[in-house]
Amino acid sequence: MLDRRDFVRRLLLDRNGLLVVPGLGSATYDVAAAGDHALNFYLWGAMGGTAMIGLGLALARPDRRVAVLTGDGDMLMGLGSLATIGVKQPRNLVIVVLDNAHYGETGMQPSATKAGVDLPALALACRFRHARRVTRMEEAVEVRALLHTGEGPILVSAKIGAEDAPRVLPERDGHAIKQRFIAALNAV
Amino acid sequence: MHTSLNIEIEASWPDTIYAHFRRIGIRQVGYVPDAGHSRLIALCRDDPDIADVVLTTEEEGIGLVAGAALGGQRAALLMQSSGVGNCVNMFSLLRNCGFGCLVLVTMRGEFGEFNQWQVPMGAITADVLRLCGFLTYRIDDPDDVHEIVGAGCDMAFNGNLQVAILLSQRLIGPKQWTK
Repeated sequence: MLDRRDFVRRLLLDRNGLLVVPGLGSATYDVAAAGDHALNFYLWGAMGGTAMIGLGLALARPDRRVAVLTGDGDMLMGLGSLATIGVKQPRNLVIVVLDNAHYGETGMQPSATKAGVDLPALALACRFRHARRVTRMEEAVEVRALLHTGEGPILVSAKIGAEDAPRVLPERDGHAIKQRFIAALNAV
Repeated sequence: MHTSLNIEIEASWPDTIYAHFRRIGIRQVGYVPDAGHSRLIALCRDDPDIADVVLTTEEEGIGLVAGAALGGQRAALLMQSSGVGNCVNMFSLLRNCGFGCLVLVTMRGEFGEFNQWQVPMGAITADVLRLCGFLTYRIDDPDDVHEIVGAGCDMAFNGNLQVAILLSQRLIGPKQWTK
């Protein structure tokens, strides 16, 4: 099982202009722990909507790379969005599911992936161009390359450990997060 | 064209809405199809400047709107009144971050409805939208489409407000429901 903090940190090394949409809960903390950045659109709610925010952003900015980093619970709530994304085929969108097979924020109840529901298989069935499961830290460098140059839509399921990492809490004011993101994107 | 339209008047008000989409610079349109929106959907699909995004459920559209705005584009949503109920928690994203949003809702479950299963949601659609923070307007008369949709576009995209426009079953007309 991967250490989630170390894995996310490796994905976001030398991120350059990467646009990152982390899902609520631990994914937001993981991305913040890797280093606060103006091009992170942290979510604290809107469960199930993270992938679709990524799609709207990817369609609006086909010149930029968009990474959705989220948990299995959020992705499972928005499974239909895999079909929606599969229709639009955004070349610049990669979803990384940090899959600990549990609902970490609410007492570690097992999720559907714990029972074997296969997110990469679902993504491929929804016309994603590439989907894979990652279990070894050495693969982080390959996933990072996918974020920057992979032909999307891509979904990666990263099998992370279920242990709780210390909370790293970024900005929580949605207006501030949005305005900072937009200003940074327009400045480049 | 993708649609079959029965009478002239039905073709006119969707064209008026589409003209406002062009005026205000809508670049993405998310929708769960509805017969009442069929002409407007076809106009958007035929427009190379608009990305049409067919959603599996309406709440996906709220994420789409937010993502588009982050990337500097304006997105509009088309849905039926039943779809408003699917969006309720996701609407919080709009309020929390101050994303402007324009939702055009074709009404079911009201004047002339033949399917009573549509009534429980249709009867509370306007109240639900108001509770969720939407400025909510209703159009019964095709002559009002230009003014109300125009104002709604300006409020949503210049004022960063959440605006819902209910297109009533009287406006849409009963013919589309009898196929």
